[in-house]
Amino acid sequence: MYRILEARELAEKIFLMEVEAPRVAKACQPGEFVIVKMDEKGERIPLTICDYNRESGTVTIVFQIVGASTKRMAELKEGDAFQDFVGPLGRPSDFVSEDFEKVRGRRYLFVAGGVGTAPVYPQVKWMRAHGIEADVIVGAKTKDLLILEEEMEKVAGNLYITTDDGSYKRKGMVTEVIRDLVENQGKHYDICVAIGPMIMMKFVCLLTKELQLPTIVSMNPVMVDGTGMCGACRLSVGKEVKFACVDGPEFDGHLVDFDEAMKRQRIYKTEEGRAMLRMQEGATHHGGCGNCG
Amino acid sequence: MDILKKVPVREQDAKVRATNFEEVCYGYNVREAQEEAARCLKCKNAKCMGGCPVSIDIPGFIREVEAGDFEAAANVIAEASALPAVCGRVCPQESQCEGKCIRGIKGEPISIGKLERFVADWSRENGFVPKVAAQKNGRRVAVVGSGPAGLTCAGDLAKLGYDVTIFEALHEPGGVLTYGIPEFRLPKETVVRTEIENVKKLGVRIETDVIIGKSVTIDELMEEEGYEAVFIGSGAGLPKFMGIPGENANGVFSANEYLTRSNLMKAFRDDYDTPIVAGSKVAVVGGGNVAMDAARTALRLGARVYIVYRRSEAELPARVEEVHHAKEEGVEFHLLTNPVEILTDEKGWVTGMIVRKMELGEPDESGRRRPVEVPGSDYTIEVDTVIMSLGTSPNPLISSTTEGLEINRRKCIVAEAQNGQTSRPGVFAGGDAVTGAATVILAMEAGKHGAKGIHEYLSGKSC
Repeated sequence: MYRILEARELAEKIFLMEVEAPRVAKACQPGEFVIVKMDEKGERIPLTICDYNRESGTVTIVFQIVGASTKRMAELKEGDAFQDFVGPLGRPSDFVSEDFEKVRGRRYLFVAGGVGTAPVYPQVKWMRAHGIEADVIVGAKTKDLLILEEEMEKVAGNLYITTDDGSYKRKGMVTEVIRDLVENQGKHYDICVAIGPMIMMKFVCLLTKELQLPTIVSMNPVMVDGTGMCGACRLSVGKEVKFACVDGPEFDGHLVDFDEAMKRQRIYKTEEGRAMLRMQEGATHHGGCGNCG
Repeated sequence: MDILKKVPVREQDAKVRATNFEEVCYGYNVREAQEEAARCLKCKNAKCMGGCPVSIDIPGFIREVEAGDFEAAANVIAEASALPAVCGRVCPQESQCEGKCIRGIKGEPISIGKLERFVADWSRENGFVPKVAAQKNGRRVAVVGSGPAGLTCAGDLAKLGYDVTIFEALHEPGGVLTYGIPEFRLPKETVVRTEIENVKKLGVRIETDVIIGKSVTIDELMEEEGYEAVFIGSGAGLPKFMGIPGENANGVFSANEYLTRSNLMKAFRDDYDTPIVAGSKVAVVGGGNVAMDAARTALRLGARVYIVYRRSEAELPARVEEVHHAKEEGVEFHLLTNPVEILTDEKGWVTGMIVRKMELGEPDESGRRRPVEVPGSDYTIEVDTVIMSLGTSPNPLISSTTEGLEINRRKCIVAEAQNGQTSRPGVFAGGDAVTGAATVILAMEAGKHGAKGIHEYLSGKSC
């Protein structure tokens, strides 16, 4: 069992939990993820790692309620425990293993959208710990859904916050901020790391392709085991089929087939998908997939 | 009674069982088992033992069954195997022990598998656990993976007195016995869990949720956690796909995903959260045991199911018994047929599959006749779900994180067959991680050899 040391709601339907998981805390790196399973009958749910503490042996996760499973998970309190908490999974971000001089010589731009702010945080924190000041754009639908602002402020070089509805700081999409920084403010970046909803990553990539800014994205497709065994998380990258769990989750965003990935994600997400599942699965689909709401 | 024929085994009616997940075969009762045991010639030079990868004293245990001493029979089997209830169900006996049976020359061989199963089931039902004395020697060995290779290796080492910990990546131990082979062939709660508990009773610890190569590396296990030797039995790995158009459509699954959702995550049960796309018309591509398992699972979830296989019935790699069961239950076979393209609607869902007829040409390197395309023979099968069951390629998680661990051209770990020794001192390996996808019993044999290799290695090395 993996004890929950802290549990709090960061914003509406977005939760943070600090969990005792010494093996994961010791081994994990920015870019990797975990799979959690609440109890015997729960699903295996992949979640990004938001923070880790090697000394205390704890890992912090952030998740949003998107379906029955995550809703059930949000009810867990401090002192409760996950039955399973496995990881780290996936490959660390490239910069962790690249020649450090090379990494230090680059200008990084991080673009976070919504709950995607959580996996961006440990990457920016790593940068700060290694003396690199990275620019960070955080986008949220509205002020109340903005998370980890204070934490990000401490580790980012420049932090640009934007809300879709203009309720806080800038108004507009993250793509508008990228364009503004590059075209109007004369900023130059060597690499962009964009993590957020697939639709956001798609549009960031369309823009950065135009700006000739290499972009890394972190994919979060449907998954079961997370170790390469099932192939549920496969996606097309360039001409190749890749498994997000072992080949990713981070890929060259300019090569990812987002349209296909979004279609695949909709297996459990859209009204149509849900109806299809009800028809095909009958009693075996009971709303617990974490995707269908 | 006809001495030349096996005592028949009772099975669930095909029409009924096609709609449930209860076990297909009921197994022998006491009377049937003793009757079958009496057919055995108890050969002095028992050929059957030579056909058994783990060398069970087959005439020895059958003699005890005939005499009605089932505890003694269980003890005889336990000397060689830790998983008799599993092996009695899933071993390909027809090509192993039973294939060598002298009785089988002029009639049907002894039903060795069903007798082994009987002894194991009797033990479980009567709470009998074979006693194995072990003087603990306090030396630590790590085993990676709790499938048939890992469990066997761990069990053998524990019997030799080693302090063994198995590391399992998933949340349940058992490997393919848990996530792969369906409930109706291998009941999880009764059979698999009990045999794993029996291995634990030998003193083996199992730590789940640990991915070797990610959570902790082989080197860390040996340098920081005090393990003197490691056995890698991490299994087969990543599912293969065909690379045809439409393969990433919604409704195309690997057999691994389909079976994992059903077996490990118990998606077929209402009270578990994980969903599964049952499909109403399902094509399973492939002809191995895994394909039969996926097909029969889809059938039980209510679908009409086709097996699509590019060679003919004679080349089907699945066990004859499994093919027979699948047909009885209503799975339809499209043989000498190969998929060319998966068709989808505008939303990305599967609507059909274009297939091409094949004919058999000259034998290829596997000795089977090579399938050759028949030009102009394409036709479309209407399906909403496609399950790819084409085998697997090795998982790189361990080989890529273990310095100096040699892998071959097919990316399998290189290990000596006789003792599992790899290119790294103290590191042994066996099972699908070494051979590529094979059978439960061959993995057990490799686990046995690995235990022997580790024992020899550590005996020659002081504490």
